[in-house]
Order: sequence, then C-alpha cells, then structure tokens
Amino acid sequence: MTPDPRRRRLLLGGAATLGTLPLTGCFDGAVERGGTVREVLASANGLTYRVQRLLLNSNALAQEFPASEIRQPMRPNGVTNPQDADYRQLASNAFADYRLTIDGLVDRPASYSLAELRNMPNRTQITRHDCVEGWSCIAMWTGVPLGLVLDAVGVQSGARYAVFSCFDTLEMGFAGPVRYYESIDLIDARHPQTILAHAMNGQPLPISNGAPLRLRVERQLGYKMAKYVSRITLAASLDGFGDGYGGYWEDRGYDWFAGI
Amino acid sequence: MARDKDSGLVYRHAAMTRVTHWAWAIALFFLLLSGLQIFMTRPDLYIGRQSGFSFDNTILSIGAVVESGQLRGVTEVFGHSFDTTGWLGVVDEGGRMTAKSFPGWMTIPSYRDLATGRIVHFFFAWILVVALALWLVSSLLNKHLWRDIVPKSGDARALPQDIADHARLRLHHRRAYGPLQKLSYALILLVALPLMIATGLTMSPGVNAMVPFLADLFGGRQSARTLHFAIMLVLVAFFVVHVVMVVLAGPLNELRSMITGWYRTDGERP
Repeated sequence: MTPDPRRRRLLLGGAATLGTLPLTGCFDGAVERGGTVREVLASANGLTYRVQRLLLNSNALAQEFPASEIRQPMRPNGVTNPQDADYRQLASNAFADYRLTIDGLVDRPASYSLAELRNMPNRTQITRHDCVEGWSCIAMWTGVPLGLVLDAVGVQSGARYAVFSCFDTLEMGFAGPVRYYESIDLIDARHPQTILAHAMNGQPLPISNGAPLRLRVERQLGYKMAKYVSRITLAASLDGFGDGYGGYWEDRGYDWFAGI
Repeated sequence: MARDKDSGLVYRHAAMTRVTHWAWAIALFFLLLSGLQIFMTRPDLYIGRQSGFSFDNTILSIGAVVESGQLRGVTEVFGHSFDTTGWLGVVDEGGRMTAKSFPGWMTIPSYRDLATGRIVHFFFAWILVVALALWLVSSLLNKHLWRDIVPKSGDARALPQDIADHARLRLHHRRAYGPLQKLSYALILLVALPLMIATGLTMSPGVNAMVPFLADLFGGRQSARTLHFAIMLVLVAFFVVHVVMVVLAGPLNELRSMITGWYRTDGERP
C-alpha cells in the first residue's frame, strides 16, 4: 500500500503538537494521597499481600549467607542517634535499666531486661537487609525469637498485629513528638527468623543500628524492622496507633505490607 | 499498483492479541515512569548480592557535584564519567537547576515520592503479569504463538533477505510476520518481559524466601536489580524501533490492524 502523503503529514503534525504539550506532572494530581485513583492503585498491595500469604509457606526462611558475605559494616539508616531524654538516660548506663514492655491483648503483660532477653534461647542469622530505597547489606543478627516472647506472655485470640513502639522521635507534630512505630501480622511475628536483635556481627547492637533492641523481619523491607524498640503491643486493629496505617512510613504513604 | 480496494484486507490480530497489546502499552508506560521514580531514591547499580559501601561493586551511578560554584550532573558508567547536566543528576526544576537524578517529565509523580512511585509500579506490574499470562494461554490455544511468533527454519533462511529489505526500507505487508518481526516479538514477549517480571520478583524479600534460587540464578539481588534496569533499556529501545517501523510501514493500516484486527496486505505472496 502506498500511504497517502496528506495523511502522513497530518499524523506527523499531530505527533509534533502532542510533543509540545506540557506533559510533565500530568499524573501528579491523580496519584496524590486521598484521591480515588490512588486508593485503587494502592489496593494492588492488598492483592500482593494475600497472594504472598497464599503461596508462601508461613515458615519459609529468608536466604541466609555464609560469614564470608559479611563484607562491610551494616549501613545505618533512618534515625542513627536518638536525642530523646528517656533514651539518652538509658544509653548513658549502657541500657542496664532498659526494659522491653509487652502489653495489649496478652494474658500476662510483662517486661524484660536486656539480660533476661539474652538468657532466653537465641537465634543467630546472617541475612540480607533490603532497604526500600533499593540497596542491600548483609550482616549477622543475634536475638530472641519474637515467637518465644509471645508464647511467654500468651497472645489472646483477638490479637492480629504486633505493634512496636520506639524511642526515636522523627518530627514534632501538633500533638507532640512523633516517634517511630511499626506493625506486623502474627504470621510474620511467629516466623522463626523474626527476632528481637540485641547483637550485630558478634558485637552488642550499636546505637546507630538500633540499640538496645531492634526487630528483624527478614521477609520484608528495612522500614518494617523497627529500631530502638521500647514496647510491643498486641492489638486487634491498627487504629489508635499513629494515623492508623500501621507505621511511621505507612502514615506517610508507604505500603503496610513490605514483602515486595 | 492498481487493485481492488478491499481485496487485500485480512483479519490479522485476534481480539486477545489486540487487548493485551494495549494493556502492555499502558502498563509499560506507567511502569517505566514509576520505575524511574523508584530508581531515583538510589540512583546506583551494583553487581552481586549486596550494595558495596565499603567496597566497590557499582557499575552505574547518577549524581551531582559542585565545580567552581556550579552544580554539575555526573553519570558514571563502568568507571567512565560523563557530564549529563540538564538530563541526569542535575535537572531544571521550575527554572532552577536542582540535584535530582531525572527531570520531572521522566517520572511519576514528577517530584520525588518513592511511596507513590511504588504504588503505581506494583499496580501496573500486576496488569503486565495478568496480560502476559492471558496472552500466553490464548496464543497457545489459538496457535498464534507457534504460527506467528516462534521463528522456524524457514525464517532463518529468509533472514538475510529480510535484513536487506529492511535496510532499503522495502517493507512487506503480509498477513504473516517476517523473520525480523518474529525475532523481535519473540525476544520481547518470551524473553524480555518474563525476565523483567522474574528480576522484579527477585527484588521482593517475600518472593526471595519462596524461590531463593532465582536470586542465585541472577547473581544476587543487586545483580537482579541491575538486570531489571538493563532490560528496561532494551524495552525502551524496542518501543522506539517499533513506533518508527509502524510509521514507516503506514501508521493508519498498522494502527487499524491493532484496533479492529483488519490489515491491508500488498496482495503479494510470500
């Protein structure tokens, strides 16, 4: 077929006009938080969560690596030196007075010192930390499996989430300081590699990496692994914690499920 | 060449082929722009399992430097440094030169917003996966895959002539695809898109626990991320060539065939 030259000119002219339209940012409004389009797009994360929970054996382990893969210090991220008075007080004493509180929907609310946590059966794992930003870093983590702690306090049947409250303040909000917090479901909470880590690469956990205690959730991204954990609350719903999305970053638009 | 106006019309594309074609077009557009948004948070590519902070396994890096009071965009590829001011590293943001990997028109949203970039990316990733699965199943059932896409021995024999014809822009309009068309569509549909999905899933820590061999196959999570980026470049190159070929081959006939299914052939026999 010999194309009609007039048609072609028209088409090329149309393409040139399209090219000069101010396309930059034409989707910005649609994907803004609070909009319907954003809600629809974000629902894909719920699908990802359900499909992973369906296909992924709840005890399937994240990859573990040989010691030779620990090639560099663990990259600290987020807050690296909390200035909160209560935290400085504990740090000044090498966290000797630290106690991890466990409350909410549990039969026997309790609190544990660092020494008590170290004396429970511990797990050591060399795993890869995947940050939402895109980088990865391999380190060795030692801590008590969260499942053991949950068994010790007795989780009530209505509980669906473990919510982690932290010492570090990230910003000042209208209602006072906004501290980091995170939450995971009970499948991840009871996963064998989910530990409350107090040591890293064979040394006590440094302040920059979340001393005295940080969470490891090896099948999710780094922002789920709360540092400077002060309290674990078992809850039926995420309402009432922060803005109700389940974490500091979740309240700022990030997906609650970070297994992708 | 005079001939009956309607005699050369053939039904070329099944409905499923047309629907999935446009689904990919839309999905890949949003995946590209949201993918570049995600990449902006760490505009570096590494080889291996982890990102080298105390050792060097970086093969690409987009950044900004200040030189004699001037912001300069610098892109490093395999140790070679390029000044990319205005395009990469330092870009014009509302009239001000700003340290940012990509200009606003290259990303969704146009400003820095990793959370939104991820939400857009994973929504259209599902669209891409579903469309590819639907296409694979229907193309196996209606024989489209075997008849039109998979190159055969005859295509290998016809390849030199096909390359020569393309070089002279002597394009044929037949119902069947030519050898170069088959090769490029097979490369994109059977290799590039499945690899794109596999390398993307390898970056997911959840999927990584489910199928750890994938990360090992690609040489580690950071290598998979680098491959994901490289295949993006292949897909962009394919898109450019694809659109140029559509324009050269007669855009209205080609577009009509991908919308209604009907395509006007030259009438010549292959």
